[in-house]
Amino acid sequence: MNAVAETAAVESVPAITPDNVVMDCELQKIFYGDFLAVRDSHVPIEKNKIIGFIGPSGCGKSTVLRSLNRMNDLIPIFRFQGKVTYHGQDIYDNKVDPVVVRRYIGMVFQQPNPFSMSIYDNVAFGLRLNRFKGDLDERVEKALRGAALWNEVKDKLKNSGLSLSGGQQQRLCIARAIATEPDMLLMDEPCSALDPIATRKVEELMLELKEKYTIAIVTHNMQQAMRVADTTAFFAVDISQGSRTGYMVEMGPTQQIFEQPQQQLTREYVRGEFS
Amino acid sequence: MNSSMPVTDAPLRLPSLHRAHFEARTLQSGILTASTWILALVASIPLFSVIYMLLVEGGSRLDWEALTALPPSAFEMGGGFGNAIVGTGVMIGLATLISVPIGIFSAIYLAILDPDSKLAHTARFLAKVLTGFPSVLTGVFVYAALVVTMKTYSALAGGVALAVLMLPTVVLAAEQAMVMVPKKMKDAAFGMGCTRAQVIWKVVLPTGLPGILTGVMLGIARAAGESAPLLFTALFSNYFLSSLSEPTASLSILIFNFSGMPYDNQIELAWAASLVLVLIVLVLNITARFIGRQKF
Repeated sequence: MNAVAETAAVESVPAITPDNVVMDCELQKIFYGDFLAVRDSHVPIEKNKIIGFIGPSGCGKSTVLRSLNRMNDLIPIFRFQGKVTYHGQDIYDNKVDPVVVRRYIGMVFQQPNPFSMSIYDNVAFGLRLNRFKGDLDERVEKALRGAALWNEVKDKLKNSGLSLSGGQQQRLCIARAIATEPDMLLMDEPCSALDPIATRKVEELMLELKEKYTIAIVTHNMQQAMRVADTTAFFAVDISQGSRTGYMVEMGPTQQIFEQPQQQLTREYVRGEFS
Repeated sequence: MNSSMPVTDAPLRLPSLHRAHFEARTLQSGILTASTWILALVASIPLFSVIYMLLVEGGSRLDWEALTALPPSAFEMGGGFGNAIVGTGVMIGLATLISVPIGIFSAIYLAILDPDSKLAHTARFLAKVLTGFPSVLTGVFVYAALVVTMKTYSALAGGVALAVLMLPTVVLAAEQAMVMVPKKMKDAAFGMGCTRAQVIWKVVLPTGLPGILTGVMLGIARAAGESAPLLFTALFSNYFLSSLSEPTASLSILIFNFSGMPYDNQIELAWAASLVLVLIVLVLNITARFIGRQKF
């Protein structure tokens, strides 16, 4: 799989064409109250690819990710200027209900956060929420298999989701997110609370999942971005205006970002010259 | 391990690592530990002596007749306090039905909907004041509000008075239980596309349920033992309850009435009724702890 990706990247950088873009984020400004958190970042996200958001702390990569399914709307002082076009619709249009947006765009969080209910009920949660009428058992099994967790939990589906280990809990959260078959998954540093073995499992899982889903992942582990992301967007903090405003510096195929970045800032960051 | 130890021929000189029993520090620590033990035992003397007295004095009269029969009249032998048990049960049930919905809805407002609003701060403060509110005044308040208007003492008025007493306990415990539900779980629910109401009903309430039930149990335990508010609202009755709008017997008022009488039979029954009341409160408290222990 990697070999294919590498040759493709070396031979010709595939053009980002409008028809394979699932979500086009044309962000102008994000405010928290009066504080300008992120400005001027255009992030097109392509279908069936993994896009990695990297950058130093406070550069707004998580803020941008959480804007993509309107999770930030839960923060009262959050304000978004710009457009996020998802299958042709601007999700920030006044007529759009953020609750509905979140049902189509799944999210996996930094800390594993299963509900305090059984493993089965955790996975079935979204299906029940959407009044799913089909075979619940089958869909739960499918989601758990999809999250590479089925073999470990198939005999204890009635146990609490919180009885699992951290890595298993995170895969349970992924199973819960994919059970409703959203076409996009947002992952906010999904491995930062996991040990290396669990991290590796989640990464392998992401590479399988991109066959069916489009994934956007925030990570501050550059090796992780190199291992999983097809496209990488590098964000940095602009302190020139006396404030700390994040913006996207550069975006491109992962290999290009890490080996021949176009911008000086990106070069310094990927070489570890600042963090 | 060994490789990192310094290899020398000279014997290593360590200070003595033995415990020095008579050093000031050790003595002080020992005395303080002993006194916490002793004071903890002293603190539990009242409870255990009361339970002991009740078992000795009331245990002998505690039989089926005492639990089911009607109270005896002046020189009559035998009898019991079945109507008081029923009355206490019915009034506690009414109080629970009234205070739990109000309490949980208030707690939802305080914990989730608008925790920092002026109304929330005021309500929280008032709930705390109400926790320490003299129960006699609760009785007088309900007397004015219900007994005077309905022109009769009643189980209903008793239930309302007990509900007022239970309410702050339920509100504060339920709020605490809901605040304790981790934010990341609420985020997960919002991330799945839950509305705010769905987050509350499907995630916050079920997760906080043990804490909420503990609060309800403690509230019931407190209300079950109250006599002052019932004196003004339910009064007493020598017969079994037949309607919610008539004077009603309760264990606490029965104890109050019978313990002052000059007849041995009544005094024995008062002891037995006290034992039953304490057992009810004890069981409720233990249940509350048991439910509260089920951690998420």
